[in-house]
Amino acid sequence: MTSAGTYVPKPGAAPLPRMIAAQAALETKMLLRNGEQLLLTVIIPTLLLALFSTVDIVDTGEGKAVDFLAPGILALAVMSTAFTGQAIATGFERRYGVLKRLASSPLPRWGLMTAKTASVLVVEVLQVILVTVIALALGWSPQGNPFTVLLLLVLGTAAFSGLGLLMAGTLKAEATLAAANLVFLLLLVGGGVIVPLDKFPDAAQSVLGLLPISALSDGLRDVLQHGGGMPWGDLGILAGWSVVGLAAAGRFFRWE
Amino acid sequence: MRSEPVVQVQALVKRYGDKTAVNGLDLRARAGVTAVLGPNGAGKTTTVETCEGYRRPDSGTVRVLGLDPVRQSRELRPRIGVMLQSGGVYSGARADEMLRHVARLHAHPLDVDALIERLGLGSCGRTTYRRLSGGQQQRLALAMAVVGRPELVFLDEPTAGLDPQARRATWDLVRDLRADGVSVILTTHYMDEAEQLADDVAIIDAGRVIAQGSPEELCRGGAENTLRFTGRPGLDIGSLLKALPADCAAAELTPGSYRVVGKVDPQLLATVTSWCAQHGVMPDRISVERHTLEDVFLELTGKELRS
Repeated sequence: MTSAGTYVPKPGAAPLPRMIAAQAALETKMLLRNGEQLLLTVIIPTLLLALFSTVDIVDTGEGKAVDFLAPGILALAVMSTAFTGQAIATGFERRYGVLKRLASSPLPRWGLMTAKTASVLVVEVLQVILVTVIALALGWSPQGNPFTVLLLLVLGTAAFSGLGLLMAGTLKAEATLAAANLVFLLLLVGGGVIVPLDKFPDAAQSVLGLLPISALSDGLRDVLQHGGGMPWGDLGILAGWSVVGLAAAGRFFRWE
Repeated sequence: MRSEPVVQVQALVKRYGDKTAVNGLDLRARAGVTAVLGPNGAGKTTTVETCEGYRRPDSGTVRVLGLDPVRQSRELRPRIGVMLQSGGVYSGARADEMLRHVARLHAHPLDVDALIERLGLGSCGRTTYRRLSGGQQQRLALAMAVVGRPELVFLDEPTAGLDPQARRATWDLVRDLRADGVSVILTTHYMDEAEQLADDVAIIDAGRVIAQGSPEELCRGGAENTLRFTGRPGLDIGSLLKALPADCAAAELTPGSYRVVGKVDPQLLATVTSWCAQHGVMPDRISVERHTLEDVFLELTGKELRS
């Protein structure tokens, strides 16, 4: 039983870094525990990589299929976590009052968003390691500068996070679930992930090329497959989506 | 105990679209336990959520522990504990995991294991939140509200839908909080809960506080009480009425069964018994029926059901 004096008030917020670290750890745990999330972020990308690298279904142009596919799958991994996974998880957190409850805790809102970003980055690091290991096992020979790759991944994460949070903060949780999955599927097919964009009609290509997923997969492919330098065009497109998405999310996000 | 109010709401107005949820509400809660009573849709939750900093008043002022809940939210949040009416937990989180997490956001949290034991959450084990029973979810939300050792706790319908044992456990915790100097604002539909726990009760209807005071004051104020006794039939009611204060009524309901209606206090009781003594009447089965909070509540808010 509890003795007298147990509940005597002694309020106080934990130090900010400790709060953010705790929040990021919990968010990561929730992402990794959720079966549907793992299907999106781990199983689908690795299956697609293994399947299309070994079975000649799509004409991926000259060279080994895995050299074409691995950059696309890395882009898909970023999209699955930063956009689809984050949108669905955040949408349901909003629906079930988690965001509301945390808003009255000592953790400031920006601290919560920082923690969310950190947990997205942790999951992405795990994804990149997994995809890289599988791709290397399938004979992948990556080219180019790793820092350029890192820059592309970070900008891609920013662009997809903004769009994912915009969706989660404005639509109903069920609508977010449906829409995020649909967008994932459409962009998987039409975003140069496993199907080269030049398979599409010219008119479609110019539009599809402006999508964040196309910019990310094209940029990564430029560097990793062709050993190209800074893909300024693609970086510009991703930066544009980041600014628009994050600004719109910041403006329109509703916490309940 | 401190005398300055822990919550002070003045002329609060809050509208949602063209619906006015709170309409010029004044509420002053002192240290201790304050129960906010009211029918559905009276504005209880809106009022409490404005105090918690979730809603911005359309007009009026709100001070909680002397702070503005919106502008000084950062200072206020560590000092209050919040139990929402429902939800607030990751659907994939286990009870102990979520409680430990909230504890980590505070500088001097309670002992989490002791709190889990105290509220009977130990049996939740590895079950995730969405699979917990309603009662377990409620108790977890309560634990999350107190784990940070706040000065003031807001509980929005803390025992709605709980079984009697769980209700007792919640009441006991509220009493212990009060004993240790934690102030509690709770909304409830249950009159017995307010009667049992509250130092002060505020009755809200249609977005305003229509009565406030201790449960005793509210039960005494205005409402008439009843005194009954039995004796031999045909006693002289006129003589009894002369002995009683002017605003009392008396009647023989059935032969030998008498009723006095009025402000029933010790003086009135003494008057009736001494009148009986003078007339050689043994007042058998003398009883006093005091109004309950429920009577007062229904009197004030009307008996008809509303949507």
